[in-house]
Amino acid sequence: MPVLKIGKMVMGSLFKKPATLMYPVISREWQERTRGQIAIEMDACILCGICMRKCPTDAITVEKASRSWTIQRMQCIQCCCCVEVCPKKCLMNKPEYTTPDIKKISDRFEKPPEEPKPAPAEKPAPAAGEAKAAPAEGAAKPAGATKLEKPAPAPAE
Amino acid sequence: MSKRTIIPFGPQHPVLPEPVHLDLVIEDERVVEAIPSIGYIHRGLEKLVEKREYTEMVYVIERVCGICSFGHGWGYCKSVEGNMEIVVPERAEYLRCIWHELSRIHSHLLWLGLLADGFGFESLFMHSWRIRESILDIFEKTTGGRVIFSVCKLGGVRKDISAEGLAEIAGILEGIKGELTELTEVFLEDYSVKNRLVGVGKLSYSDAVELCTVGPMARASGVVQDIRLDGHGAYGKLDFAPVTEEAGDCYARCKVRIREVFQSIAMITQAIAQIPEGDIAVPVKGMPQGEFVARMEQPRGEAYYYSIGNGSKFLQRMRVRTPTNMNIPAMVKTLQGCDLADVPMLILTIDPCISCTER
Ligand code: SF4
Ligand code: SF4
Repeated sequence: MPVLKIGKMVMGSLFKKPATLMYPVISREWQERTRGQIAIEMDACILCGICMRKCPTDAITVEKASRSWTIQRMQCIQCCCCVEVCPKKCLMNKPEYTTPDIKKISDRFEKPPEEPKPAPAEKPAPAAGEAKAAPAEGAAKPAGATKLEKPAPAPAE
Repeated sequence: MSKRTIIPFGPQHPVLPEPVHLDLVIEDERVVEAIPSIGYIHRGLEKLVEKREYTEMVYVIERVCGICSFGHGWGYCKSVEGNMEIVVPERAEYLRCIWHELSRIHSHLLWLGLLADGFGFESLFMHSWRIRESILDIFEKTTGGRVIFSVCKLGGVRKDISAEGLAEIAGILEGIKGELTELTEVFLEDYSVKNRLVGVGKLSYSDAVELCTVGPMARASGVVQDIRLDGHGAYGKLDFAPVTEEAGDCYARCKVRIREVFQSIAMITQAIAQIPEGDIAVPVKGMPQGEFVARMEQPRGEAYYYSIGNGSKFLQRMRVRTPTNMNIPAMVKTLQGCDLADVPMLILTIDPCISCTER
């Protein structure tokens, strides 16, 4: 009889473990591909602004003057378009959602101010070998000096 | 003659997942006329086409609907790909098919749950949604999103599914088949369910044709109409026949959707067995020029995507016509003369998706 059929299913689920998860207590298992949030490796970023221009929701702001990269977390729709277009591949998808918030949070990442270049242009032309080496050294420096993995989020209040 | 009263129904109503408003003209307990009005959830997504590059627009179009999101993305891609004469690799077509059919299963299970909720059968509702959860888990694992996938792109798909992944999907689907069979028996044989559905809201074949109904609504009235039959994507290589019923009542519509779930499972299994190796995307070069119309069979019926490009990176116009749009006249027709208590069932059985109707 059909009534007993749903009865079987209902009785079965009485003794099975719940289909739902006690969410905040037991944390979710993220899949490898889960599009959770966008993370940036600031050292590699060249502040080209392509991600800002391509983002469908205008969630990213790149400021060359202050050397910063800002993401409006609530505006981002996790489409990963920015990850795809970044020429330096310094954006990545982190398989973990941002913590729930009642404010519109944004995260700002900064690059340390550019060190004054050793100014190879001022030197007379003959020292070509030296001039080549100097900027390479200059470029390597900030990368080693700053490991800006995750600075404190700046709430947009 | 008894007095006529007008009862407003919606936009906020327990059976309505989305806002639609109906003015029901009532005589005693009978509905004489129903006047629908929509417009509560218009988002202007079509207009955005002027502001977003055609490659990024797919993210926007996907968000036309939360349930058939993949289909909308595919429809848009199909339309622009037609415009630019892009040939999509075969593997990508198969993957698109698999995701689209999974969406259909998830959409129909969601609808079955809502229907059960509509007639007050809470445990049936919970069980339908519990089964649907395993489909959402497949989505998360393969695409990264549970509702919006962002895997469909112009020229193919973004992510591949490994052979093990495909085997796992086939295993999961095989697993839920047994539970679905149990559920089907309740939906189709339980007397309390039948009481609410059988003979309610009959739509005849001629009315269904005349009112241009689409999807399961049309098929439940015996209209053989399924856009997948035109063989786009990998559908041409899969063996299937549209599910039709003759009765045209709520019960027939429920039956069509349940049978379609099983059909989709069979189609996915076939696709997994046949899927060729190869590339999953081709690079897209140039700008869209000219116009193109693509049609898709969404879980709710035929959807239509029109795009016109003018050689710039922004499309000139994009038009999406969704299935619910076409089914509202039929809903109004079936509402005439029904009992007031049957109104929720009738509205539910067209599987209304108002958000995509208004875009
Ligand atoms: S696209 Fe990449 S390199 Fe360019 S600004 Fe954005 S994050 Fe930095
Ligand atoms: S994931 Fe999408 S919405 Fe979010 S910042 Fe990147 S491009 Fe913008």
